[in-house]
Amino acid sequence: MSTMADFKAEKPTWCPGCGDFGVLNAMQKACVNLGLAPEQVVVVSGIGCSGKMSQHFGGYGVHSLHGRSLPTAQAVKLANRELTVFAAGGDGDGYGIGMGHFIHAMKRNIDMTYVVMDNHIYGLTTGQASPTSDVGHQTKTSPHGTIESPIAPLQLALAQNCGFVAQGFSGNLKQLISLIERAVTHKGFSLVNVFSPCVTFNKINTYDFYREHLVNLDEEAGYNTHDRLTALDRVVGASNLVTGVIYEDPTRLSFADELFGYPKQPLAQASLELSKENYAEILTSFQ
Amino acid sequence: MSEDIGWKVGGKQGEGIDSTGDIYAVALHRMGYYVFTYRHFMSLIKGGHTNYKVRSSNQVLRHHGDLVHVLVAFDPTTIDYNWHELVDGAVVIYDTAEFEAKAPDTRNVNLCGVPLTELAKESGNSIMKNMVAIGASACIHELDVEALRPVIQEKFGKKGPAVVEQNMAALQRGFAYFEEHFTVRFPLPRLKEQIPATTHLYASGNQAVGFGALAGGCRFLSAYPITPATEIMYWAIAQFPRYGGVVVQAEDEIAAMNMAIGANFTGVRAMTSTSGPGFSLMMEALGLAGMSETPVVVVDVQRSGPSTGLPTKTEQSDLNEALYGTHGEIQRIVLTPRTVEECFLLTAEAFNLAERYQLPVIVLSDMYLGMSSQTINEFPLDQIHHDRGKLLQVADLEKMGANTYQRYNLDVADGISARALPGQKNGRHVALGNEHSAVGLEIEDMPTRRAQVAKRQRKLADFQHFTGVYQEGNEKASAVLIGFGSTWGVLEEARLVLENSGFYLKHIHFSRLAPFPVEAFQKAMQGVETALVVEQNSTGQLAELIQKEVGFHDRLHRCLRFDGDPFTLQEIIARSEQVFSLGVLH
Ligand SMILES: Cc1ncc(C[n+]2csc(CCOP(=O)(O)OP(=O)(O)O)c2C)c(N)n1
Ligand code: SF4
Repeated sequence: MSTMADFKAEKPTWCPGCGDFGVLNAMQKACVNLGLAPEQVVVVSGIGCSGKMSQHFGGYGVHSLHGRSLPTAQAVKLANRELTVFAAGGDGDGYGIGMGHFIHAMKRNIDMTYVVMDNHIYGLTTGQASPTSDVGHQTKTSPHGTIESPIAPLQLALAQNCGFVAQGFSGNLKQLISLIERAVTHKGFSLVNVFSPCVTFNKINTYDFYREHLVNLDEEAGYNTHDRLTALDRVVGASNLVTGVIYEDPTRLSFADELFGYPKQPLAQASLELSKENYAEILTSFQ
Repeated sequence: MSEDIGWKVGGKQGEGIDSTGDIYAVALHRMGYYVFTYRHFMSLIKGGHTNYKVRSSNQVLRHHGDLVHVLVAFDPTTIDYNWHELVDGAVVIYDTAEFEAKAPDTRNVNLCGVPLTELAKESGNSIMKNMVAIGASACIHELDVEALRPVIQEKFGKKGPAVVEQNMAALQRGFAYFEEHFTVRFPLPRLKEQIPATTHLYASGNQAVGFGALAGGCRFLSAYPITPATEIMYWAIAQFPRYGGVVVQAEDEIAAMNMAIGANFTGVRAMTSTSGPGFSLMMEALGLAGMSETPVVVVDVQRSGPSTGLPTKTEQSDLNEALYGTHGEIQRIVLTPRTVEECFLLTAEAFNLAERYQLPVIVLSDMYLGMSSQTINEFPLDQIHHDRGKLLQVADLEKMGANTYQRYNLDVADGISARALPGQKNGRHVALGNEHSAVGLEIEDMPTRRAQVAKRQRKLADFQHFTGVYQEGNEKASAVLIGFGSTWGVLEEARLVLENSGFYLKHIHFSRLAPFPVEAFQKAMQGVETALVVEQNSTGQLAELIQKEVGFHDRLHRCLRFDGDPFTLQEIIARSEQVFSLGVLH
């Protein structure tokens, strides 16, 4: 059995108090709880403070390009279906430059978990407005307050029929661990959007702000995680400030289940050779 | 009698010109002829002029030829557009129900009106007028209509025997009508021998790239549709799943490229295929592959640029992008296949090179090579081999123990450090686009930066795999034709035509341009006084590369074409005569 120590890498370079510490911890703990060996886990991250996740996590990883963690991660999973694959990054990374990949990852439904550290700000580039910045948020690039309607990741995910939609908060580690465990266990693409405060550049969406405003649906008796319309209603009603498993559809088949001819064995372990018969067959198609 | 026959069908796009050409080309191929096809089409679905050329011979062809003996014209535009290609005494078949053909000048061309629509109707359906035209063509070529039956069966068998018979009837009616009304004939050259079907194959460069990838061990293709590269995807979709491979239609080329990188990182040989616009979108990820030392194969089937350019026309203008594209500096290999066979072989080899050197390998094809289906003798299957380079096995890592593996180990003379794959114990690491330490953590200290840059640069310092420089013709000739990639065929044919008239040239051709094969090229250039660099772009990118790598500034002349049509033999011959002042040569 692996332990937390097995998932430790170099000491993170985040600011003390950064929400991303909680997310890292939760990902590591969820993997321990699920009995995963670190070499079986791949974390593909984008670029940003949150993008350092792959280096801090302690499994295999790709620290890819800004906004491109999802295509890379999906291919990792397709290439070796036995691996547990995470994509991880920020709100700018996923909902700004990488938005197209996000929508299509939900459409494609490859079995992996996408963890977004949503701090409503561009951290690494030192405090510009992000796609999820609240209206009126004054940042270096919005000195008069942002005027655009923020991206609502959960609503998008519900609209796109994402098979597992959850939202957590770095300040509630226990819940976050459970959300990530359930996301990993879900067979298909899972979104875990995490309110992960940037203590340095976002003075609005702070730990206290979230503690005050978040509604925990996990604790709400009678909340039905299988009802997409209710989920949307609750998310909109609470101005996105909910946590918990918002929606799950365990019946939706994943890409691998549906892909014609997709081998049961990992592609990465398949032989490169074609047999004489294979060649003969292919050559016939050229005659 | 000419050694080969040019046949062309033309009309409005959406009128079935493609399928008419396909049927005829495949039928001739199956009869044992060598065919070379060229499709001229526009970036629209209905209307506009499109044509499909089929050149046939009793020996291997490497070019679609300049001349047309038989033109099937479904509209008047086809006649005007292709008139200049018609040989003296050529035949134009046109549908008398549609229009009355007019010759644009007084040249001796036989305008043969055939009631195509009417004869098609008589056979059961006016839609078969193209079959009637093929039947008439068969008469001109003195072919037995029954010899077309296998292709008709294959094409229409699914629709039932009645449809097959109707099509055969349409062919026969066309044949009979032409036989009765016109005497002009262009018989196909006699076949030299009966060639077994196994050494008489019909393939395009795009299909050959797909096949080469599969043979080379590629089991993952991620791509986004784009003319003229989409057929690589089609081929892979049809074939990869049968052999344990996967094709993903990505949401864009950025995703396609990053997916290919992700799959390669995981240990699957993976590639992406695209054309110019998509290739441009891949530039950032190309740099990621270079920096993270992740193998990846990218096929760019070039079309006319820049931007959307001429989306359905050929060009060789992405060379500079392939050589230099992406910010910063990376190591890369650029291969430029000359033929369909080389599309197969070099794509397969690209995967060996990518893994061996742990970097991106770019295969530069183009629309002309990619989309021209042709008869070849065989694919060089015996040359396929797999070399995965420094790839650690579970046992190697076990021996090494925990926490000793360094993905970007600097202590390697050849600059290549061993890879480990996700899932393997003791091999954990992060592949990354940030500058990094030996273990793969991002760094910013100067000595490490310098050491890692130097390490990556060492990888190709001593590249010896194959020279990629081909030489044909007279070794001692002081005049040389130089090209890369798809112009091989037209240059060889031009050289042979000139040789037959007593002008002995040399032909040097590249199928690898990065790293540039300096020594081999210099050797080939010994004794050369005048060189004509032939390339399908407007700035002479190859000529500039040669100047940069080896010099020869005063000896290089250019022959450029950038209007979207492939080179004709005639223009290369004419330019050669001009530049080499032929006559002085021998
Ligand atoms: C193509 C490209 N454009 C811009 C950047 C610069 N950049 C790096 S991180 C970043 C935004 C980071 O914000 P976010 O994704 O929210 O992550 P955070 O740092 O807040 O965790 C930007 C714009 C880049 N690396 N690449
Ligand atoms: S800048 Fe913000 S997001 Fe980045 S490490 Fe510091 S607190 Fe975290």
